[in-house]
Amino acid sequence: MSTTSAVKAPSPQQDQEQVKKKIARTNRRLVQPAVFYLIIFTQVPFLVTIVFSTLNWNLLYPNDRGFVGFENYVNAVKGGELIPSITATVLITALSVVLSVLFGLLFAMLLNRNLPGRAIARTLMITPFLLMPAAAALIWKYSMFDSNIGMVNWLLDLFNLPDVSWSTDYPLITVVTVLTWQFTPFMMLILLAGLQGQDEATLEAAQVDGAGPFRVFTEITLPHLRMYVEIGVLLGAVIILQVFDPIAIMTKGTGGTKTLAYLLYERAFIGLDIGEAAAYGVITVVLTIIVATIALKTLFKVFMTGASR
Amino acid sequence: MKTTGKDIALNIFTWFLVLVFFFPVFWMVINGFKPEAVASSVNPSVIFTPVLDGYQTAMERGIGGYMLNSLIAASLSTFIAVALAIPGAYALSLRRVKKVEGTLTFFISTRFMPLAAVILPIYIILKNVGLLDNVWVLGLLYGAINLPITVWMMRSFFDEVPFEIVEAARVDGAGLYREIVRIVLPLVLPGIAAAALISFIFAWNEYFFATILTSADARTAPPFLGSFVDGRGQFLSTLSAAATMAALPVVIAGWVAQKQLVRGLSMGAVK
Repeated sequence: MSTTSAVKAPSPQQDQEQVKKKIARTNRRLVQPAVFYLIIFTQVPFLVTIVFSTLNWNLLYPNDRGFVGFENYVNAVKGGELIPSITATVLITALSVVLSVLFGLLFAMLLNRNLPGRAIARTLMITPFLLMPAAAALIWKYSMFDSNIGMVNWLLDLFNLPDVSWSTDYPLITVVTVLTWQFTPFMMLILLAGLQGQDEATLEAAQVDGAGPFRVFTEITLPHLRMYVEIGVLLGAVIILQVFDPIAIMTKGTGGTKTLAYLLYERAFIGLDIGEAAAYGVITVVLTIIVATIALKTLFKVFMTGASR
Repeated sequence: MKTTGKDIALNIFTWFLVLVFFFPVFWMVINGFKPEAVASSVNPSVIFTPVLDGYQTAMERGIGGYMLNSLIAASLSTFIAVALAIPGAYALSLRRVKKVEGTLTFFISTRFMPLAAVILPIYIILKNVGLLDNVWVLGLLYGAINLPITVWMMRSFFDEVPFEIVEAARVDGAGLYREIVRIVLPLVLPGIAAAALISFIFAWNEYFFATILTSADARTAPPFLGSFVDGRGQFLSTLSAAATMAALPVVIAGWVAQKQLVRGLSMGAVK
């Protein structure tokens, strides 16, 4: 095709088509390396995980491997670990996301003012998010929540309140606290960008019209922030759904904190049951898709209808 | 504008909250300089003679080597992510690729893929070919984790390049390579730096892959910290010193990049 058109004088139309084809080819060449890299390192492993999840495969008995269909999923449900784990994952994610959005909004509002030393305050505020999660979990576990030398109990003592052994009695609270602490800066940054993108004129006009600060906040600021809250919740939820570090370091999955990622780790690398662990991996993906969809569709209707009336 | 009493009260309140929020980090840094007995005392003290014992113990336990592994893995992953993301994002932004949305959705859905969903085959394959506990392999994997976010972020920077500049270059007959490397890249250098920093931060802090895929030779700083506490005697000072050392490089990187941070975190959606 291309050789014949090169011999004949090409019509302008053919010429244009050729150029288009060439552009498309170059575009593909530019995008393809990235796409292939991801296919090899993420899509293919995921498909293999799905295959694994249909196998009876324990690393202790490598010769006893065979196709079992949905048996791993059935066992996961029957074994009684799956449902509590989904509950733990969803609960930890929901609490951490909601709390970090609320705190993030509070700090964003407070820092979006003419605050002396604002740049320093902002720098201090983003530090927990930058801090290595393993370090954050350890610091909270041993210097904040420790029952003897932790600063939280020291504070309780100041008010003559009884000591609490946080890690053993309230593992869920410790995990949610660390996650909220780490993700509040994340939400704050996104919401701060939203606040700074607000139209000053609209705010002033509302004030001139006699709207109080509360009404300005609920009727102008909140609806304006909606998109930013959505982005923050979606990204935060998707990341926290995979949470592993604070669980592994602080609670080892005790007290209702055994998230799907930790359960998979336990089944695969302590129980050596690859088949069942793979099933948890697939379930994690399904849960992520469900949560991401719900987070975008329902949550905001409930939260925002009151504000955007 | 006049500063009223209400403003001052609100400023004090804000600073109080900020300092409370920052306190755990402050406490970590302080504890790292305390003698072990002081750090592990029931009565917290802020006045003490600073010592480097904690840092010394952390060094003796080999934190330097683990941080070097982190540096290698994070650098390699950042290089891969940026090198592959630049042409990809360029095509998606300035060359008006057909089906842009489909490709971008592919990238973002890959970013959202839980690591738990891919770890088992990766572990099994690496185990069979004898590549477990290899820091370069870890870097390759982190490259894949960072690539989607880098593509999205770079695209948002390329989108800001005035299209006339690109067109002018094309009219002048600049080849594709020249068009990208000589004309567009210099305009988005801050964007590349920001994307690279964010890739680096994520890879440096990663724990899940690192703890499963490495054991001795290639162990990075996060799993080293995670297995730090062995229950022998007092450890808070050493732990704090080690945590401070391990966290410091990317905390500083993040401070430097904080103007671009929000853009990276939101994959370019928020500027």
